Amino acid sequence: MGYCPNTPEEIREMLDVIGAGSVEDLFSPIPADLRAKSFELPAGMSEFELMRIMRAKAASGGTEIIPFIGGGIYDHIIPAAVDHLAGRAEFYTAYTPYQPECSQGTLQALYEYQSAICRLTGLEASNASLYDGGTAVAEAALMALRVTGRHAIVLDASVNPLHREIVCGYLASLAAGVAEVAPEGCAPDLERLMASITDQTAAVIVQNPNFFGSVSDFSALAAKAHEKGALLIVSCYPIALGIVKSPGEMGADIAVGEGQSLGNTLSFGGPYFGFIAARKRFIRNLPGRIVGETVDKEGRRGYVLTLQAREQHIKRHKATSNICSNQSLCALRGLIFAASLGKQGFEDLATLNFDKAQYAKGLLSGIKGVSVLNAGATFNEFTLALPKPAAQVVTRLLDAGVAAGVPLGAYYAGLDNALVVTVTEKRTKAEIDALAALLEEALWN
Amino acid sequence: MSMYFTKEHEWVKIDGTQATVGISEHAAHELGDITFVELPQMGKVVKQFETLAGIESVKAASDIYSPVSGKVSQVNDKLEDAPELVNESAEDAGWICKLEAADLAELGALMDVAAYAEYLKGLE
Repeated sequence: MGYCPNTPEEIREMLDVIGAGSVEDLFSPIPADLRAKSFELPAGMSEFELMRIMRAKAASGGTEIIPFIGGGIYDHIIPAAVDHLAGRAEFYTAYTPYQPECSQGTLQALYEYQSAICRLTGLEASNASLYDGGTAVAEAALMALRVTGRHAIVLDASVNPLHREIVCGYLASLAAGVAEVAPEGCAPDLERLMASITDQTAAVIVQNPNFFGSVSDFSALAAKAHEKGALLIVSCYPIALGIVKSPGEMGADIAVGEGQSLGNTLSFGGPYFGFIAARKRFIRNLPGRIVGETVDKEGRRGYVLTLQAREQHIKRHKATSNICSNQSLCALRGLIFAASLGKQGFEDLATLNFDKAQYAKGLLSGIKGVSVLNAGATFNEFTLALPKPAAQVVTRLLDAGVAAGVPLGAYYAGLDNALVVTVTEKRTKAEIDALAALLEEALWN
Repeated sequence: MSMYFTKEHEWVKIDGTQATVGISEHAAHELGDITFVELPQMGKVVKQFETLAGIESVKAASDIYSPVSGKVSQVNDKLEDAPELVNESAEDAGWICKLEAADLAELGALMDVAAYAEYLKGLE
């Protein structure tokens, strides 16, 4: 397949065949007022000019800001092997390479990715990735509606607010209701979540750790959901799974999450990937592509896309999902990251995050007027109550080169003074100490 | 026990108000090797000719429509592990589910064995 655009001669030839005067004529049936006036793109540049602009942008200081921001996307180490292996042309330039006769490498990598996601989440069946963490939560909700034949979702309000918005957006056009349950302080209100499950509830959706950083055990919630014929969906943070009980161990039926923290750079918001895994008995209701292991006619191990009758190229509008893209290259980075660390490495990485965050928690809550709002356990993220509006404080610290955290006021009424601070393994003691000094200064000087 | 067929090649056997549903031998043959039967949920309420279940073969993924209105009272869970039963015995051991039929008058909209045989001849 050639990647060269058509030459003017070829375009003329094609237009002559169909009897059109120009390419522009082909768009004439679209009323002029509905046509794009301009795409407002600047004129093209030479490689030299472009590099000069990009280097100037890179040097402008934006990349020097020390991030204590989390809220779903995290600044973690990326072993050099990730860029090196994922950058190989066989992986990097291939587009939808799923034909088993010529894409065994990609298919095997995705199969191993699925295995890694299953090991991490403690569940039995993973697909080959989804678009991102938010759409993964929404896809899990749709899956629960299909599996149970029910029409209601109970959604914990301490799930990432952006993800909740996507869930509600997806369900708005279906005859499905979403009941949000407010947290009790920073932690999910387990009793109210349990009490909200009815015989029409398809699933309860929770997040661990939640948006406030609180870690919970949802085992009792899983048991209650199952007693009522509903599923439990847990959105999880893969790095935390090194030391936090997995969704599978808690009895969850579907685990989802944002995969960015597994070997993908922050990159101003994407591309990332979402993951989804479920109990094996629900595999026919999983959305997206699934790679399976098989043997060829000579008995040699090989990999193919499997259970494709779920997908839109066969089932059309009855497909399990019409989200067409998976994020294979990002998922591949996730696999290489996971394989580079191994089981022990994951545990060590998670412990390092926990320890550093505990140090920061102690230090920051020692500042006059500052307290930690989380009553129970946290992982690498926690919520502080400040004596001033958090957004103002964050803006001030940004000028000093530190992104102090996520102000909660934009997402939760009455929490204008609350700040969610994240401390990953990449933050040094000196950086944490600097954050504490700058915060104290911003609050009291 | 009387047996009726739909134009979409489902069959229904009536015993009192209990309706056993499956796909015809002709349909099983046309689909080829059946790899999966998506059984309906117990208690599912369905109207005549609405989607009741799904079936996948090496050739196609198809819907199974309900020959009568009713409520699913039993499913053939043997098909979960042995979907090939539909190929081996489409009109007997390969039954898909049983419904509590809501209105036996609906049978008037179906074909009996002789009429279905005629109908198949017309498709050739």
